[in-house]
Amino acid sequence: MAVIDHDAELARAGANVNGWFGSLVFFCRRYPLGAIGAAVVIVFVLTALFADYITAFDPTRTDPRASLARPGDVHLLGADFMGRDMFSRIVYGARISLAVGLGSTFLGCFFGVIIGLTSGYFGGWYDLIVQRLIDIMQALPLLVMALVMAASLGPSLENTIIAISIPIIPHVARVIRSNTLSLREMPFVEAAKAIGMSEWRIAFQHVLPNTLAPLIVLGTAQLGSAILTEAALSFLGLGIPEPHPSWGRMLSESAAEYVRTAPWLVVFPGVAISLAVFGTNLLGDAIRDILDPRQRI
Amino acid sequence: MAAPQPLVANRAARPETPPERVLEVENLQTYFYSRSGLVKAVDGVSLWLRRGETLAIVGESGCGKSVTALSLMRLVADPPGRIVGGSVRLDGVDLLGLDETAMRQIRGNHISMIFQEPMTSLNPVMTIGRQIREAIILHQQISHRAATARAVEMLALVGIPEPAQRVKEFPHQLSGGMRQRAMIAMALACNPKVLIADEPTSALDVTIQAQILELMAKLQRELGTAMILITHDLGVVAETAERVIVMYAGRKVEEAGVDDLFARPMHPYTRGLMNSIPRLALMRREAGPAVERLQEIPGIVPALTNLPQACTFAPRCALATDKCRGQYPPYEQKLPDHWAACWHSDKLEGAADA
Repeated sequence: MAVIDHDAELARAGANVNGWFGSLVFFCRRYPLGAIGAAVVIVFVLTALFADYITAFDPTRTDPRASLARPGDVHLLGADFMGRDMFSRIVYGARISLAVGLGSTFLGCFFGVIIGLTSGYFGGWYDLIVQRLIDIMQALPLLVMALVMAASLGPSLENTIIAISIPIIPHVARVIRSNTLSLREMPFVEAAKAIGMSEWRIAFQHVLPNTLAPLIVLGTAQLGSAILTEAALSFLGLGIPEPHPSWGRMLSESAAEYVRTAPWLVVFPGVAISLAVFGTNLLGDAIRDILDPRQRI
Repeated sequence: MAAPQPLVANRAARPETPPERVLEVENLQTYFYSRSGLVKAVDGVSLWLRRGETLAIVGESGCGKSVTALSLMRLVADPPGRIVGGSVRLDGVDLLGLDETAMRQIRGNHISMIFQEPMTSLNPVMTIGRQIREAIILHQQISHRAATARAVEMLALVGIPEPAQRVKEFPHQLSGGMRQRAMIAMALACNPKVLIADEPTSALDVTIQAQILELMAKLQRELGTAMILITHDLGVVAETAERVIVMYAGRKVEEAGVDDLFARPMHPYTRGLMNSIPRLALMRREAGPAVERLQEIPGIVPALTNLPQACTFAPRCALATDKCRGQYPPYEQKLPDHWAACWHSDKLEGAADA
């Protein structure tokens, strides 16, 4: 029989982990992918917050002399056709992407949760009508929905957020409803009724917290896809208007004309989009594992 | 624990004086309108409960025990179920006449309930302290802090060690017995007049069962709560109850004091239930070779749709005659404080192990 190194096994299980730093190290060991995701997201958020301090150039300032400058000492990631510094634009683009991603995910989840929870918990004709409306909404692809919304609302940051949030609502509502349907049959709901709690209070206080784990997974997945949708909308010219630096618009401006002559104009915004989506998804999975109280040992 | 003998001290110790009825149920009828027809789950059940006493409701699965309990709380799901008749008077107030808001003030405050499944009756994502606190805050105008203190106090009362630590724990961190204790703490937090315990120990193992029953008897003594104990375990009944109601197919078939019932069952169904307890025949020591095998009641509880006019137990009854198959027997007093619905109660008397 092999000799078991008890100390090593304990360390792997997270025994003797104490303090803030210890927990952090343990988290990174236990969820290495989650740690990578968290790192990407933290960099992403910090970039968005401190964009002013990171960059040397104004992302909207044009400079004819630097038109299509190669990546180098002055322009770290090169410059676009109008001579705007790519690095600055990507850094400021993080701000836009984060605002759109968080804003629309939050909006969509907020309304989706309320609709899904009430529809699942109270049922009846209300549920029937809501679900048919959601069927109709889900019959349209997310991007097409957002396109229609963006086109009818007109291009601006707020409208883009609203346009992207609306297709999220049915997704969230469906997931929350199906969870609610099984949760409302749980004995603890009956027990809550037996202590005299009102139906609304049971729905929001007892059922809702139990749906948070799937909501967070869904929310982080939607965060990634909202960033993607914003890029797609901007790529099609319906998203964030000029001169705001949007990763999607940066792609669309340069893809057709410059992909052969100045590939850095296409590669770097693309990498930024991919990294942001990848990071949020990895982090979402790790958060789900951690948040489930049944897995807390 | 299956011995049908008086062994709980509180029954002997309690004076006979307080006859006041805290709960009076008359002719309760709860029907379910199902696809297969009208199900008379509770059909004309009357019962009453004195302050501080324990009433057991016994019967097989599907005989209407739990629906009776849910009807008293007005928690029967509508649709498909509905309370179609009768009255439930708690301290003189007819609960069936109250609107939902007023009923919510009653639930958990004046009448509470413990459920069968301690594993799932607590919300998994909420600390037990918070759940008990909610029950208190719903009914009492007290601060958050005071409610938490009361939750700790309640957990101490139900015998959970280190209650101040335990209030911060989640249900999955507690064992089954501990969770049932927490449920009891929650149900008793507002000091209700009536506690309905729907098979509170069925999901627990035997040693824990005894502890929980003991705890409930102790709390009942201390707080003066009247209790309706719903169970199919006659051993539990013998240990804790003062009076017993036996239900079959949605109706009461027998009602008596616990000693009286075990000494002289007046309904063949009750007799059948007793004979199907493994230890009973052994403890009597009079079991001949003929009854060495465990007795059972042949057949199953009939479907509650389209019950015949006849005695519902007749198809399973050894004593059944044409009279039984023709007409439902009246529910009448056979002995002092001992009611039963059977045409042949007299044949049961003396006929050991019929």
